[in-house]
Amino acid sequence: MARTTETPPPQPTPSSPWRARLAAALDSDLFYSFKRSKLVVAAAVLALGIVGAAFLAPLVAPHNPHDLATLDLINANIPPAWESQGDHRFLLGTDDQGRDIFSTILYGTRSSLLIGISSVLLATLLGVSLGLWAGYAGGRIDSFVMRLADVQLTFPAILTALLIDGVALAIFRNYRLEGGKFWILVVAIGLAYWVQYARTVRGVTLVERDKEYVQAARLIGLRPAKIMFQHILPNVLSPVLVIATINLALAIITEATLSFLGVGLPPTEPSLGTMIQVGNKYLFSGSWWMVAFPGLTLALLALAVNLLGDWLRDALNPKLR
Amino acid sequence: MLTRVIFRSLATAAAIMLATAAADARALKWARTADALTLDPHAQNEGPTHNLMHQIYEPLLIRDAAGKIIPTLAVSWKITTDPKVWEFKLRQGVKFHNGNPFNADDVVFSLKRAQQPTSDMKGLLTSIEDVIKVDDHTVHVKTKGPNPLLPNSLTNLFMMDREWSEANNTITVQDYKGKKDNFAVRNANGTGPYTVVSRQQDIETVLKRNEAYWGKAEVPLGISDIIYTAVKADPTRVAALLAGNVDFVQDLPVQDIERVEKAAGLKVNFGPENRTIFFGMDVSSPELKTSNIKGKNPFADKRVRQAINMSIDREGIKRAVMRGQSVPAGVIAPPFVNGYTKALDALPKVDIAKAKDLLKDAGYPDGFQITLHCPNDRYINDEGICQASASMLAKIGIKVNLVAQPRGPHFTLIQKTPPETEFYMVGWGVPTYDSQYIFSFLYHTRGGSEGSWNATRYSNADLDAAIKSLSSEIDIAKRNATIARIWSVVHGETIYIPLHHQMLAYGMKKDLDIPVSPENTVFMKFVK
Repeated sequence: MARTTETPPPQPTPSSPWRARLAAALDSDLFYSFKRSKLVVAAAVLALGIVGAAFLAPLVAPHNPHDLATLDLINANIPPAWESQGDHRFLLGTDDQGRDIFSTILYGTRSSLLIGISSVLLATLLGVSLGLWAGYAGGRIDSFVMRLADVQLTFPAILTALLIDGVALAIFRNYRLEGGKFWILVVAIGLAYWVQYARTVRGVTLVERDKEYVQAARLIGLRPAKIMFQHILPNVLSPVLVIATINLALAIITEATLSFLGVGLPPTEPSLGTMIQVGNKYLFSGSWWMVAFPGLTLALLALAVNLLGDWLRDALNPKLR
Repeated sequence: MLTRVIFRSLATAAAIMLATAAADARALKWARTADALTLDPHAQNEGPTHNLMHQIYEPLLIRDAAGKIIPTLAVSWKITTDPKVWEFKLRQGVKFHNGNPFNADDVVFSLKRAQQPTSDMKGLLTSIEDVIKVDDHTVHVKTKGPNPLLPNSLTNLFMMDREWSEANNTITVQDYKGKKDNFAVRNANGTGPYTVVSRQQDIETVLKRNEAYWGKAEVPLGISDIIYTAVKADPTRVAALLAGNVDFVQDLPVQDIERVEKAAGLKVNFGPENRTIFFGMDVSSPELKTSNIKGKNPFADKRVRQAINMSIDREGIKRAVMRGQSVPAGVIAPPFVNGYTKALDALPKVDIAKAKDLLKDAGYPDGFQITLHCPNDRYINDEGICQASASMLAKIGIKVNLVAQPRGPHFTLIQKTPPETEFYMVGWGVPTYDSQYIFSFLYHTRGGSEGSWNATRYSNADLDAAIKSLSSEIDIAKRNATIARIWSVVHGETIYIPLHHQMLAYGMKKDLDIPVSPENTVFMKFVK
């Protein structure tokens, strides 16, 4: 009965919810601190530019370096277009196989980003779940998960990734690996970086689990999984977001390192790391463009993502406000 | 004060004198792409492995830098009145590094050891029936039929000490592809000019001059210590040479030759290698595991193999990938080899349209997918060649999934029975300078001591019989006719896709002069 007498909440006009939300976002502290720092704005623009160009690679790139049939050795080792030996078709020159460096950077960045993002998602999923579980359940589970994390922390992440990659390749050696290598890399890098999430989330969960809202949820008989993911998780998300952003740069660099070491993506589908590895071979012979441009792209991308991560960390830290 | 100055100058003078006295104590830092796979002298028939072994162990006879056979542990050899028996007179007064004398027992032991099933050298010794000690310094090698070319097969057959092998339980050859180990894999006791001081596989091997070497009076033996390092990355190896951290780089990357030639204090020696680089294919399995075509094997169709052969632009590879340092090849025999002819080596004409037609006729109008296995640390720009070939094959619709890896795992894929690769790169050097060596390792049906590097599954009983007959034919003209006949059969079948004969470039300090041998084998004892 009460329901009929209740006046409905003021319904905003159809176009306004997102507008209102945008306005709220633009008015928020977060956006204010974003706007205030020119460096962060520049980093965001740079990151967006690289990410955009990479994901639009099939539209933007003048060539498709993954289509082997279009490569021709006649076009190998051409310097950038502005050099005297340059060719206007190849803005940043070509590599030893006749691939256009500019197009290959776009496609390679796309591979690097896809692997980076996927592996960060995997690491987040794994780390957050284990961290929540350990923190909420406590006792033996907590000890087990955290000791596991401690043991893994004693190895550098790149070693863990190399190990997983090597084992996976040995297992799948006799199978056809077309898209397979991509997922092996994602799993290898993802498993190498879950620890930080688990430790952070566990810490916050330990604080949250004895708070009244959690006790209340427990009292009304909710299942632990529901309490963990619906009640506690939203309260631990901001540190996770910060770690994820910083880890994205790390994951991209790890992928490049693995590719540089020759265990990453196949040489016919080069990522940034593979390009740097190949280019490195030709440094002494004067073909600087093969390594300089992919190296620069990787450095800029990692720098931009790192700056954004640092800013996010400070902006979300209540003590620094 | 004055006394101190005098004392100091005396000390300096003494130091200078000491330094001059030790002038012949010259250490040589030697860098190469890859390390020896093992120290067991009979476990791997492979270039870099033999090359390191030649400093430590010695065969009865060797090929010098000019390709001439010269005496080493044997002083002379001849066919006895029985055409099936070779007599080797052994050098007297030779001692192994542990002091044991070298004698006929060791020769009998070593030749028999190298015929064991796990030996990778057994393919060279198929003609041998028995090895008999006549006296301490005479050995008779009895062959199944007359084999006038036996000495050619012994240039990489190292002599081990029987007592040492027995004492250390290394009578059996290491099973390399079975990933087994034995004492001789890490330790060595040869008669050679250098002894092993320390060895870390794939990192560094330190050798010291054998002061009791039998040939001290005959060879310069100018290098007192050898530090052999495996440096896989091309730029690192070149940087080490440019910076003076190494004295000798045996495989100078082709793209850096110009730079090293221009550098002060460095020079480059060139020469052709007795080695051809090529692709092999599984030509007889009913189905390929790594292909998308099921129920049949595209490589079993000769038209497919011909299509591949005419889609590879060998001149393009020479120009862009090899920077001119290769001789495009139409046959897998290098020009040094008996049986090689210019006609066989004629390059297939690059013809994409015709290759596509051939594929269409064979029933693959849209091509197919296949995994290509390549080494990335064995031949000059091996991975680059494979990549370039992958894009050439893509032009006729064959989608190559390229797997490039270090040569240890790569060669294991080929040597395993059944082989674990269906499309692969190999480079074959021919130390015997005779086609038989190519036939019996690469074309003979795999089994027993034959066909150990033949991963093509090619099997032709007539041909096998003809190959076998080569080891006992004494009439050279008749033998050469058989060789020509075998070549015409296998060449017509296009079992392998030849790419090029490899050229070598050694980079070194100006005061060294290490000649390029067609075997790509360096004998440090000849270096002044």
